[in-house]
Amino acid sequence: MTESTTLGFVMLCHTALHRAAEVARHWAERGCPVVIHVDARVKAWSYDTMKTELADLANVRFSERFACEWGTWGIVAATQAASEVMLADFPQVRHVYLASGSCMPLRPVRDLIAYLDARPRTDFIESVTTEEVGWTIGGLNMERFTLRFPFSWRTQRWLFDRYVALQRRVRFQRKIPKDVVPHLGSQWWCLTRQTLSAILQGPDRKLYDDYFRRVWIPDESYFQTLVRLVSSSVESRSLTLSKFDFQGKPHIFYDDHLQLLRRSDCFVARKIWPHANKLYRTFLTDDAEAQAGREPNPGKIDRLFAKAVERRVKGRPGLYMQSRFPNENFENGRTAAPYSVFHGFSEVFENFEMWLSKTTGSRVHGHLFAPDRVEFAGGEAIYNGALSDSPRLRDYNPRSFLTNLIWATRGERQCFQFGPADSQTLNPFIAMDANAQISVISGAWALPLWKSNRNFGDIRREAARLQKVESETLAVLRQSSTKARVRIWTLAEFVESPMEPLQTIVDEISPRSLRRLTEAPKMTDLTGFGQFLQNLRNQGMQPVLMGDFPAGDDPRPASASRGRPYLVK
Amino acid sequence: MAAWLDAYRLRWKRRRLLARAIGKRHDLAPVVDRTADISRDDILCFAVVRNEALRLPWFLEYHRNLGVARFLIVDNASTDGTQDLLSAQPDVSLWRTGAGYKASRFGLDWTNWLLARYGHGHWCLTLDADEALVYPYCDTRDLRALTGWLDGQGRDMFPAMMLDMYPKGPVAVQEYRAGDDPFAVLQWFDSANYGMRVQKPMGNLWLQGGPRARMFFADAPERAPTLNKVPLVRWNRRYAYVNSTHSLLPPRLNRFYESDGGEAPSGLLLHSKFLNLAVARAAEEKARGEHFSNAALYDRYYDELSSNPDLWCSTSRRYDGWRGLEALGLMSRGGWL
Repeated sequence: MTESTTLGFVMLCHTALHRAAEVARHWAERGCPVVIHVDARVKAWSYDTMKTELADLANVRFSERFACEWGTWGIVAATQAASEVMLADFPQVRHVYLASGSCMPLRPVRDLIAYLDARPRTDFIESVTTEEVGWTIGGLNMERFTLRFPFSWRTQRWLFDRYVALQRRVRFQRKIPKDVVPHLGSQWWCLTRQTLSAILQGPDRKLYDDYFRRVWIPDESYFQTLVRLVSSSVESRSLTLSKFDFQGKPHIFYDDHLQLLRRSDCFVARKIWPHANKLYRTFLTDDAEAQAGREPNPGKIDRLFAKAVERRVKGRPGLYMQSRFPNENFENGRTAAPYSVFHGFSEVFENFEMWLSKTTGSRVHGHLFAPDRVEFAGGEAIYNGALSDSPRLRDYNPRSFLTNLIWATRGERQCFQFGPADSQTLNPFIAMDANAQISVISGAWALPLWKSNRNFGDIRREAARLQKVESETLAVLRQSSTKARVRIWTLAEFVESPMEPLQTIVDEISPRSLRRLTEAPKMTDLTGFGQFLQNLRNQGMQPVLMGDFPAGDDPRPASASRGRPYLVK
Repeated sequence: MAAWLDAYRLRWKRRRLLARAIGKRHDLAPVVDRTADISRDDILCFAVVRNEALRLPWFLEYHRNLGVARFLIVDNASTDGTQDLLSAQPDVSLWRTGAGYKASRFGLDWTNWLLARYGHGHWCLTLDADEALVYPYCDTRDLRALTGWLDGQGRDMFPAMMLDMYPKGPVAVQEYRAGDDPFAVLQWFDSANYGMRVQKPMGNLWLQGGPRARMFFADAPERAPTLNKVPLVRWNRRYAYVNSTHSLLPPRLNRFYESDGGEAPSGLLLHSKFLNLAVARAAEEKARGEHFSNAALYDRYYDELSSNPDLWCSTSRRYDGWRGLEALGLMSRGGWL
């Protein structure tokens, strides 16, 4: 065995004792004394096995056993008892490192000793005032110190909550001992002999112990608070890498975290999965390649943990799947990406779809919700995500159809045509979707009817039906709660000056290009349309959504005449 | 009021299912009983099989490597050597029955009985022989890691949607030999055509879609196969599967999804139905009529399957490990890192 060093470890163990024993042996064989506390709830034979496993090591001690239930005083009592053994039995120890049975050294222990030798008076303990912590369980910060907690948070949650509420109501407050300013922080610290002995042998220890015995989760506050009374040099951070998930439960490290752990440059990490054979094999050897003198930098891997929490709590916007099915208004984005819906444009322009896709570089579909067929761009029968063009499949679950399409085409903007002849069930969903850009030329559905070769009676009936459907659609879109970006023009308004609206829409779809449109889509010839509307009126149907088209006075939009591209100066 | 009534009804339904399961235990005759070897922390796998000698060698090997300690399997009158194959395995306990599959609610009464009898307190994985569990990090962490983490999260169930895997080209021409990895042949899947809704009164999600819906049920989508499953549960003898492993009681076990926007952890069951033998089997299954409660409605499905279809399409995705599936949003690590 090598010579005794100035660093000693106190280990609190309660499961996987064989792994804890391996780590204890690793430190002890490298000259660091180890005092082990085993939870009193552990069976006698496991305890005895561990003792036997470490019997050959002269610098390993076992301390008096306490029951360490989460959040209770037992953990502090165990720490005190083990630290006392450390201070009494190993007089050369200058720094005491508090570790758990599921901790593991990530760097050679001589690195850590050298690091502490360079800072012989420094206490490494995370110690933050209650106003500054954002991570406490149950939302209790200051109240941990001023209320009573006779019920277990884990097993008697209902009583725990009720009793806290009751104390708030009657404004019960415990008295905090004089001089004590409550601080919180990670349970895992590394304190100097001077500081630790000042806490453990101070004249007011009984007073403080009696007080903290009834504080909630005292292992996160006892040393963290008292260190402020006795230490002159507190470095408020833990030398142990320890990460917590959204419920405040510690992240567990597995074999595939090897590189991640290396990258952190931390000295010790918890918690390690007991079956992580590769980690134990790798880190419990004298690793020659570790770079001495590096500052621990857990921040390097923080982003990953933040992302994991975000995935759990907020999820991926627009994704609906087996373990994410948000209620209405909890979607964090109803769909995965912005998309555009065009009402009436492909009726007003003859080549609108081709023109739009060329101008904006987006994917332009036909009527995705057409009754007879899903009109995917390019007439595809199966689209991204293996979506089928079967209208039955689509109408069986239209919401899934749309959200799937937008999810499966992330990275490429989707545009599609829509009209009153299409399946309407999804209107409320789309209207409430902030990703939807909806542009409506109302009344444009009349153009195909006008051009059709049908009996006028049928045309009149169909026009009445479509007008009714579109009126309902417009009512949905005009609701004040609508989140989609909606623009509505009557047909008459639109053909009057089509370029301005088109420019706005195109700019919104591809904001980066921000160029003037040089080529307009080819507008259909409207000569005679006013008369058609008049005929409808004469037959008793009142077309109202198109705007004002006087019979015989055909609109002549400046230069959008048939066959010639529209040019803007 | 209605919620209270539903809860009451479901409680009785669960009791009825358990009583049925207990009644059906006489169907099962032990062939090899190694249940005495089960130790406290073992992860158990339950299955009901019929003529699966071709798939079982790889199935057992794969799940053994994932950390399943014991298999408890019911052989429903196989004639292809399945029984000999299974009784020769050191970690399989085997029961045999000649009773009807449909009469035992598609084998579920037998499974519920074995789960209640041997599964209590264990993490139990209930599978068919053509399913393989995939979950986040399954290439580096075994089921002990997953279940240990779920325990820590206070979750006692883990959902896994069925993902139909298929080959490129007609189904029947693809070679497969016992012991091969079926997903070396069935490399392709549909990535985003799954529809979902919540079902009353148990509150389970109902997922449908995939290549079978696309190819065989475009005219009757409501009859397309159900894909949601909850195969991995820390079992209690009071639990009961209701409808295959699609749903179970008590209802809280079906609330494995988050409804506030977050993502709960989930995996997938890679489904190897479309190995070449599926085509030959379709005719047999159609004749037996043991797989659906209203079997006649599914005749067309079997006919189309018999005609050796090609399920592949130009937007099919190729399987390349769990990370790809997770990125596509078919499963989620749900905060596990």
